[in-house]
Amino acid sequence: MNAAQAVAATGKDLLALADLPAELITTLLDTAEGLLEVGERTVKKVPALRGKTVANVFYEPSTRTRTSFELAAKRLSADVLNVSVPASSVVKGETLLDTARTIEAMNVDTVVIRHAASGAPQLLARALSSHIINAGDGAHEHPTQGLLDLFTIRRAKGRIAGLVVVIVGDIAHSRVARSGLIGLTKLGAHVRLVGPPTMIPVGVAELGEPPGTCEVVADLDAALDGADVVMPLRLQLERQGAPLFSSRREYAVRWGVDRRRMALAAPDAIVMHPGPINRGVEIAADVADGERSTILTQVTHGVAVRMGVLFHYSGGGAA
Amino acid sequence: MNGPLVIAGGHLVDPAAGIDAPRDVLVEDGVVRAVAPPGTLDRKGTRVDAGGCLVLPGLIDTHAHLREPGLEHKGTIEGACRDAAAGGITTLLAMPNTDPVCDSAAVCAYVKARAAEAGFCRVFPVGALTRGMKGESLPDMGELAAAGCAAVADAWVPVEGSQLMRRALEYALGAGLPVITVPEDLGLAGGGVMHEGPMATRLGLSGIPSESEEISVYRAVALAELTGCRVHLAPITTRGSVRIVRNARERGVPVTAGTGLHYLVLTDARVAGYDTLCKVYPPLRPAEDVAVLREAVADGTVSVLTSCHAPHAAYEKAVEFDVAPFGMAGLSTALSLTLRLVEEKVLNLSDAVARWSVGPRAVFPAVASLGTLAEGSPADLTVVAASETWEVPAHDPAAPDAGPYAGSPLGGERLKGVVRLTLLGGSPVHEGPGSVAARAAGAGGKR
Repeated sequence: MNAAQAVAATGKDLLALADLPAELITTLLDTAEGLLEVGERTVKKVPALRGKTVANVFYEPSTRTRTSFELAAKRLSADVLNVSVPASSVVKGETLLDTARTIEAMNVDTVVIRHAASGAPQLLARALSSHIINAGDGAHEHPTQGLLDLFTIRRAKGRIAGLVVVIVGDIAHSRVARSGLIGLTKLGAHVRLVGPPTMIPVGVAELGEPPGTCEVVADLDAALDGADVVMPLRLQLERQGAPLFSSRREYAVRWGVDRRRMALAAPDAIVMHPGPINRGVEIAADVADGERSTILTQVTHGVAVRMGVLFHYSGGGAA
Repeated sequence: MNGPLVIAGGHLVDPAAGIDAPRDVLVEDGVVRAVAPPGTLDRKGTRVDAGGCLVLPGLIDTHAHLREPGLEHKGTIEGACRDAAAGGITTLLAMPNTDPVCDSAAVCAYVKARAAEAGFCRVFPVGALTRGMKGESLPDMGELAAAGCAAVADAWVPVEGSQLMRRALEYALGAGLPVITVPEDLGLAGGGVMHEGPMATRLGLSGIPSESEEISVYRAVALAELTGCRVHLAPITTRGSVRIVRNARERGVPVTAGTGLHYLVLTDARVAGYDTLCKVYPPLRPAEDVAVLREAVADGTVSVLTSCHAPHAAYEKAVEFDVAPFGMAGLSTALSLTLRLVEEKVLNLSDAVARWSVGPRAVFPAVASLGTLAEGSPADLTVVAASETWEVPAHDPAAPDAGPYAGSPLGGERLKGVVRLTLLGGSPVHEGPGSVAARAAGAGGKR
C-alpha cells in the first residue's frame, strides 16, 4: 500500500468505489435511503451539516453534478462555495495544489472536486486535511454517479446481487463506466461491457471484483440477452476525430439502444443514462422518454446520494 | 598530486581485465600503477583498508540528464556529478536536451567547463541528433565530434521522419559518432502517460503501448542495417524490443541496447496511487516485460546499464499525473539496484559490473580507455561495502516542504551497497560514512 492508497483507506475521503468495501457501499446507499424523503418535504432542509462549509471546485464544466452537490449540501444546511476554474487558467495559473490549499486556508471542511486529470482528487487527499469528495476525475472514477446508479437499481429491482447489467459505449474514456462496473460487481451483479473495439480498454474486465464478474461482449444484441439493466453511455461527439468511431449515424445503428433492442432484454429491464443524453445517438428518443427509462429518477436520487455521502464523510458520520 | 595510495584487502571486480578476485591496487600519479594479490605490493603508500569491500572501476553512466545549461531548477551539473561520485559513478554522458540544446561546440564547451569546475566526475556531452532537437535538419556533427561529444542522440524527442533518421545516421557515421536513440513512435504513443495495460485502464490514464517502442526499435535496426551506422538503443524496456534487438545482433547488425535500472526493479503497478515520481519515459512496464528484460541484461543482449537520471524540481512533480513531466532521479540508486540484481541472481557480479564498463566501452570510443583498473589506466574507482545498507531519502512530492528536487520513488526503502570511497584520476571525490579513505590523501571535491 503506497501513500495515496493509505490515505484512501482512512475514510477521510471518497476518491473511488475501488477503495470501498461492499459493506461501506451498502451503508452509503442506506444513508441515502433515509435522506431521500427530505427532498419531498415542504421545507427541504435538515440541520445535519449546519456550520460546515463545502466547496465545489470544478475544473470541468458541469451542470448536473455541480448543482446536485450544491443542493445536497444546502439541504444538509451546509454553507456552499462554488469555484469554477476555467480550463484556460489552468495552463498558466497556479497549480491545483496551490488553489486547493488556498481554499482550505478559508477553513473549508469538505472539497468536492471535478477535474479532467485522473488522480487529481488523490493528489488533494494526500496534501489537504479537508475531506475530499471526487466528483469525477478524468477517465478514472465518478463514485457518486456510481452510487446513485446503484441506488436507482436497488430501488427499481429490490436488489443488486444476481442482476445482469449491460454498459454500452465508450468504456475507455468513461469514469461512469468504471465506477459503475466496480460498484455493481462488488455488490454481486454481473456486468457486460459492449462497444466499438476502439472504445474498449485493455484488461477492463479485470476491474470486476471478484474476478469473472465482468465480461466484454462484442455484439450489442447478444449482450442484451436477458439483461436487467441497460446503461448506454454518453457519446463524446468530439471524439469522432480521434478516430474512435466513424460517424454518429453508424454509431446509432450499431450501438444505439432503441425499442427493438430493449425487447431483447428482460421484460422488466430498465434503461439508465448518466446524462446529458444525445437523443437518437446512444439512446433513441422514445426509449429515453419511455416507461422503462430511469433517467430523471437518477437525477432525483443523485441529490439524496450526495447528501448521504456529504453526511457520511463530513458530518461526523464517518468512521 | 597526491602520494601513492594502496587500496588494500578488497575484492576487485574488473571484467575488462578479467579479474574477479582479492587484489590490492596501487594508485600513483592518477593512474593504476599495479594490481597484485593481497599483501604482495611492496611499494610504500597511504593504505586504504578495503577489507570486506568491493573495488570496482568507476561506473560509466551513458544516459543522464544533467539539466544544465538552462534547466538548473531541475538539477545542475555540479549536483549530478556529486551524486554520481557518491554512487560510484565516475563518468557521465550528458544528454543534449538542455536549453539551449547541445547542438554546438559552444554548448559542449560549457558543459565540459562546468563539469571540470565541479570536479567529481568525467562528463562527456552527447550532441543532438538534429539541430535544436527539432527533427528537421542536421547539426554540425564534425564540430560536435571535435568538441568532445561521445555520441549524438535524439533523447526524448524522436525523429519522426524516417528519411531524416536515415540521413542523420549516415552523417553521424561520417563524423565517427555513435548514435543513441530513445525508441518511440510518437503517433502510436498518442500522448499516453503510462504503460498501456490493465493498470492504466484501472487508473483511467492514457496508455503508451509497448508497440510504440518496438516499431521504433525495428526502424532503428533497419536503418542501422541500411547505413552501417552504429545505433545504441537506450533505454529499451519491452519483451518485443528485446526480441528484435537479439535477432538483429545475431544477424550482425551494428546495434546495441541499454536499459535503466528502474525498468529492471519497478513495474507499472507502482503507478497506482498516481505517484508522479513513477512517471518516466519509456513508461514502467508489467512484470512479464521486466522478467524478459532481466534475461536480456544477463545474456548481454542488453549490454549497457544506465541510471536514466532525469530529475525535476519537486514542485514540477507535485501536480496531476497527466501534466507531470517524465523522469526520475537515478544516480544515487543505480549501483545499489545493480547489486540487488546480483543478489537476486539475475546475473553474476562480474557481468553486472561489465554492463557499466565493458558494455559502454564497446559502444562509445570516447570512453574506451575508462572502465578498467588495468595497470596504466586512469585511477577511476569505487570502494563499496556491498552488504551494508542505506535508506533512500523519503520524498512526497505533494508535501508542502518537498524540494528542491524530486527524488526517487524508492524513498524510504533500504538498499544494499554503501559507497565508501570514490577516486577520480586517483583523487578522492567521495568519502562515505565510515570512510576508508586516507585522510592524508587530502580528500575533497574540487580537483
